Amino acid sequence: MTPRPPVIRTKAETSLVESFAQASASLPGGDAVRGARTRAFDVFHERGLPHRRIEAWHYTDLRNLMREAYPIASGVAAKAESGLRVAIQDGVCTLPTGALPAGLKLTAMRDALASADEALIHALFPDQGADDAMAAFNAAMARDGVLIEVAPGAQIDAPIELSFTASGDAPHGDISRCLVMVGAGARASILESHAAPARVQRNSAMIFRLGEAASLSHVFETCAASPELHVATLIAEVGKDAAFSSFAFVCAGEVLRRQAFVRGVGEGVKIALRGVSLLKGKQHADTTLVVEHAVPHGESREMFKTILDGEASGVFQGKVVVRPHAQKTDGGMKSQAILLSDDAAMYNKPELEIFADDVVCGHGATVGQLDEDQIFYLMARGIPRAQAEGMIIEGFAREVLEFVEDEAIRERLGAGLSGWLARRAS
Amino acid sequence: MLTITDLHANIDGKEILKGLSLTVKPGEVAAIMGPNGSGKSTLSYVVSGRDGYEVTEGSIVLNGEDILAMEAHERAAKGIFLAFQYPLEIPGVTTMTFLKAAMNAQRKQRGEEELTTPDFIKRVRAAADKLGVSQEMLRRPLNVGFSGGEKKRMEVLQMVLLEPKIAILDETDSGLDIDALRIVAEGVNALRAPDRSFLVITHYQRLLDYIVPDSVHVLSAGRIVKSGDKGLALELEKNGYRDYVADAA
Repeated sequence: MTPRPPVIRTKAETSLVESFAQASASLPGGDAVRGARTRAFDVFHERGLPHRRIEAWHYTDLRNLMREAYPIASGVAAKAESGLRVAIQDGVCTLPTGALPAGLKLTAMRDALASADEALIHALFPDQGADDAMAAFNAAMARDGVLIEVAPGAQIDAPIELSFTASGDAPHGDISRCLVMVGAGARASILESHAAPARVQRNSAMIFRLGEAASLSHVFETCAASPELHVATLIAEVGKDAAFSSFAFVCAGEVLRRQAFVRGVGEGVKIALRGVSLLKGKQHADTTLVVEHAVPHGESREMFKTILDGEASGVFQGKVVVRPHAQKTDGGMKSQAILLSDDAAMYNKPELEIFADDVVCGHGATVGQLDEDQIFYLMARGIPRAQAEGMIIEGFAREVLEFVEDEAIRERLGAGLSGWLARRAS
Repeated sequence: MLTITDLHANIDGKEILKGLSLTVKPGEVAAIMGPNGSGKSTLSYVVSGRDGYEVTEGSIVLNGEDILAMEAHERAAKGIFLAFQYPLEIPGVTTMTFLKAAMNAQRKQRGEEELTTPDFIKRVRAAADKLGVSQEMLRRPLNVGFSGGEKKRMEVLQMVLLEPKIAILDETDSGLDIDALRIVAEGVNALRAPDRSFLVITHYQRLLDYIVPDSVHVLSAGRIVKSGDKGLALELEKNGYRDYVADAA
């Protein structure tokens, strides 16, 4: 074995390491939680901030992008709202007031951690993504978030909204960790929206566990003002015959890294990861996925569309892993990007790792400019160039937006898309 | 209606049209025939205003107005319609959304009121029924997954709704079976009017059995080398283009 070079401690790394030393005694959770935190911190401590020599982070060199680590917010709780809206401000959870639908239980993560049993600890600190330094830092440091439990058989029609915000104007960091457990045969949907009025570095983790024949659809969206640096980790374990879908709508934020670790553990899973990213200026958005089929008869679909203007850069790294016994896996992965400017860049890296011999898996990645033939076709019908371009871009994005199941959310995201295009044209 | 005089046009520095002159009178159906590479498609693109073609000499005048400086969408609003040889697929844009955008964009440029939604739907329904375009097709993204025949019928539907002054049909017969060809031709014939002209560009005479032209012009090496009546098309069918290719060379 070649000896590892010592991890060079940057200023940001040093302050992150110190922040754990200061916080650890006061973090919620008993001995078992503390043990899991310490193991997670060791991973971060050993690796430091991810940089370009770490393959999974090659295009998002965090050591370079995060020159300074902002102090982690002590946290100001938001006011409670009614309905199905959980506020997570500065990483601190405020549960809604009022009655919840039958079969739905919400618990602040700080309370769940304080009384966590072995099963909950196992769910909260999974092995998926455990060796990723940023996911590990989240596991070590998260104080709060929300635990959402959907009882077996419960059908929750309205989306449960998780609204992530930040208080104050001072630059700060916030960390949150949420767990969604969907019981056998139950159905629910989650809307995760991120906003941040101040200069915020955010590290958020969403963990999903779907029981047999459960169904969960998740939407991640950035709002008008979003954190200047955001690492969002998604971890999902999908049980037999369960369906998990996650859709990301990204149009704000300066540096966003979304990483998803999704594993099908029962036969007949259906996994769908999709998204639209609209990037301009110097925005950078990275989508890195690992989808793992561990057992037979699983299906997964990934489709990401990225539109880049200005000097924006986009990354798509998708890896589908089919384990030796996962026969009859049906996997399809697609990433398509349109570059609207000569200075924009897109990095596509789809990968398949297939260890079973009877599977159907494919991937495709394209990067291109707007098609002049299409533009001329619309112009020849009387539509001015700027409007024609807008229609083509919008159509390109809508092809994948159509997969958002909830009509109200789909319309809202559609309005966000139209607004982005209108601002571009003006 | 349309007067093209001594038109010279280049693409990527290569001259394709070399002094083309042609006059199409109001209500006239003029057929342009010619061998491959003679400049037929270039003519349709240059008249409809596609970027990338450089006109070095000559003029194109529509109803007394020189259109060469206009962009494609402005020419469309003035009444030029190009029915594409290969209509483009526009993923994610439903046919209805597209039709409304096109009709209203033209109306806006002409200073007319935009169509109300009920009025728009009424017009589309009436035209679609006549052409056998189903409601289901109208809800689908424009031309995506349409058969060759469906795409050409969609072109005719657009032509009906946009009511052009001059319609250029670029190899409309290519890829069509005889039934589809008949439907498309009937659609075009129904639009023939004293104030509307057609420029029918075709390689074969077959289409002209269905859309009977008033005049036939042979395009070879970037110029009109012979003009005549519909008898000329039959002669070309029999003898081919070799006499004219030799002429031009």
